[in-house]
Amino acid sequence: MDAYFPNGYVHYLAGGLVIGAGVGLLFLATGLIGGISTFFTAAWSFVSPQPYFQQARFVDSRGWRVAYAAGLVAGAALWLASMGGAPAVTQVTWWQLAVGGFIAGFGARLSSGCTSGHGICGLASLQLPSLLAVLIFLATAIVTAHAVRAFGGA
Amino acid sequence: MKLRTAAWALAAGLLFGYGLALSTMIRPEVVLSFLRFQDFGLLLVLGGAAGVTFVAYRFGPRLLSKPFAGDSFGVHPSVLDTRTLGGAAIFGVGWGICGVCPGPALAGLGAGNWPLVVSVLAMLAGAYVQGRWFGD
Repeated sequence: MDAYFPNGYVHYLAGGLVIGAGVGLLFLATGLIGGISTFFTAAWSFVSPQPYFQQARFVDSRGWRVAYAAGLVAGAALWLASMGGAPAVTQVTWWQLAVGGFIAGFGARLSSGCTSGHGICGLASLQLPSLLAVLIFLATAIVTAHAVRAFGGA
Repeated sequence: MKLRTAAWALAAGLLFGYGLALSTMIRPEVVLSFLRFQDFGLLLVLGGAAGVTFVAYRFGPRLLSKPFAGDSFGVHPSVLDTRTLGGAAIFGVGWGICGVCPGPALAGLGAGNWPLVVSVLAMLAGAYVQGRWFGD
């Protein structure tokens, strides 16, 4: 067990269950499917006149998506406050955060989903395209993460 | 937008963000150690989250005629095409470089992992380029 979970496993499982409670609550309360990546497109509808961003699917959903995103930030802040102690600040290099973030943002929106949209919502609704998307992004992420380390990245 | 919908989305987001922080997925180092087979904890995060959500998706509409604060239960079918699968491949490359995906990028800010603001801004830029020049 320790070989697979050197940092323990309870917090992973508990965290996953709480995440599921959040996505499940959103559905039971409002009927909405709560992936996160659409927020990053819908946010542009506030400032960009481009027709793509002014589609109803973004303009009509941006209100709850902003509230959902604000909840994510606030929920993690609550966790920090309840735990006490200093926040963990990443040592991953800024170029990795920037280049990786840009590619991840582009890819997630091209794919219409990320780890939450395909990984949680898509798998939970037993959708084959989402299962394939998850297997594909896990595969390319695993290969990339190994390559980045081989080339000296964090 | 209905204020009631936004309030429930905020509440759901609070749980989501708390869970992401509790799972330590807001730390890119943990994600990268998973992708490098050093710690398989993220499988438990994904399994736990998808499992609970599966129960809600499956049994919610059977037990309730409609959402308790909404009009109808939505569906969001994934499409089996090159955009979905190719986009996923590209997303994985980015995720493997930085160890940050959209949810943890936002939640990380709340937990004081301030360098993740770089990833949030970069994801916004990536989403813009996708929508502006590669939109469907």
